[in-house]
Amino acid sequence: MAVPRFWREIPSRYNLIGSRCGNCNKVMFPPRHICPHCRRIGKLEPYKLKPRGKVVSYAITHVAANGFEDQVPYVLAIVELEDGPRLTTQITDCDPAEVKIGDEVEIVFRRMGEEGEDGVLYYGYKGKLVKP
Amino acid sequence: MRDVAVIGVGITKFGELWDVSFREMIIEAGARAIEDAKIDGKQLDAMYVGNMSSGQFIRQEHTGALIADHAGLVPIPSTRVEGACASGGLALRQAVITVASGIHDFVVAAGIEKMTDVLSGVAMGALATAADQEWEVYVGATFPGLYALMARRHMYEFGTTEEQMAMVAVKNHQNACFNPCAQYHMKVTVDAVLNSPPVTLPLKLLDCSPITDGAACVILAPAEKARKFNDTPILITGTGQASDSISLHSRPSLTSLRATTEAAKAAYKMAGVGPDDIDLAEVHDCFTIAELMAIEDLGFCKKGEGGKVTQEGETAIGGRIPINTSGGLKGKGHPVGATGIAQAVEIVQQLRGEAGKRQVDGAEIGLAHNVGGSGGTAVVHVFKRGD
Ligand SMILES: [Zn+2]
Repeated sequence: MAVPRFWREIPSRYNLIGSRCGNCNKVMFPPRHICPHCRRIGKLEPYKLKPRGKVVSYAITHVAANGFEDQVPYVLAIVELEDGPRLTTQITDCDPAEVKIGDEVEIVFRRMGEEGEDGVLYYGYKGKLVKP
Repeated sequence: MRDVAVIGVGITKFGELWDVSFREMIIEAGARAIEDAKIDGKQLDAMYVGNMSSGQFIRQEHTGALIADHAGLVPIPSTRVEGACASGGLALRQAVITVASGIHDFVVAAGIEKMTDVLSGVAMGALATAADQEWEVYVGATFPGLYALMARRHMYEFGTTEEQMAMVAVKNHQNACFNPCAQYHMKVTVDAVLNSPPVTLPLKLLDCSPITDGAACVILAPAEKARKFNDTPILITGTGQASDSISLHSRPSLTSLRATTEAAKAAYKMAGVGPDDIDLAEVHDCFTIAELMAIEDLGFCKKGEGGKVTQEGETAIGGRIPINTSGGLKGKGHPVGATGIAQAVEIVQQLRGEAGKRQVDGAEIGLAHNVGGSGGTAVVHVFKRGD
């Protein structure tokens, strides 16, 4: 991935900045450029999401995506954040067999993967189980 | 709008066709369709080509013109259509709309993908470009991963089992054994599927459709002119297409594809039929869970009962609603851009009564369902024997 393409999304990936529509109050993540509900009368502003949510579904990846080969097996999940939006993320720092639907997770900052060509290390969010 | 008929179909062998080029494949499928329609190539007016990613697979774009050129069809207009794995279905729909509108009479809808000229890791990466690169692939999602998320949630909400998913693979491999153009002529058992290597659990290797080379072609004509070419023209009575968010996490449900339900609603309405009227269907079984969700979303059974009706044999040839008699993407193979056209080829052969050992007795109305990505695009067509 080209460096500018990665750099543009840093605020969202590092700080979980999504969008909120000033017209309908809906919170969105990933950020959008137009509110799909209000379209032209919508008014989007940056919105920092609370890094907490629950697992909606999960899958244990044994055949990695390109650049993630060193991480298998890894848990891919869809997490519904307390603010409403859902995101796709890995669940990190756990035994894959532990993860269940409904588990509480905290969104944390982690190394994602690496891409050899430009030597850039990629960072972003991962989910971490919140132990009761 | 004019009624539209299929007057000719052609398809190549599906598989790892290392000795055949992109150009040879599309010419072979096209020549068979022209021969089947008994039409002179000079009569053809326009062409649509479904192709997902020749740029990534063979480093060749601009394949609309390339194909018209190599088929000896210049100067007719030739347009490539892209909607990930639904590219073929979208090309068919564009051809239907073109004939129905009266702009052209004899229109080719073709589909092709040459996937095995690159290593399988490269092919997987190319397919993943149909998912959201910034917010799915970036975090490590693969296509099997996205469908595995749907599968896990389907198991959670409805009690669907891995055995029931495996039964889709068993049935589709069984059907593929009777299809000469299928990639696999190899039966599998439930145990073999369950014990195949993990890809993204709960999906194992034999839950996944393969990487395939192949091409397919249909020729459309206005219904009133169709009988001059063919004694059993097959009418396309309904077409529907819908879009949804490209990323799975942005959709309210993980267990239903809204693009499928919307496309089906439009196609059923146009055809004036409902799910109970359909005699057989080709559905987009890129993964076994996808077939279970498709038969639910198309209305062939209640939501959540896809696994149960599959287990009870209702979707087998001879069952209540035979699904993927061709072998589906799973058994016949999945050359992504060709798949939507190959589905149409199967339905036409079935409605003509030319499907050999996989023939569904008395089939009069068939349906084809083609999905792009994890459900960002879906397209549905309804076909009817035109007696
Ligand atoms: Zn709004």
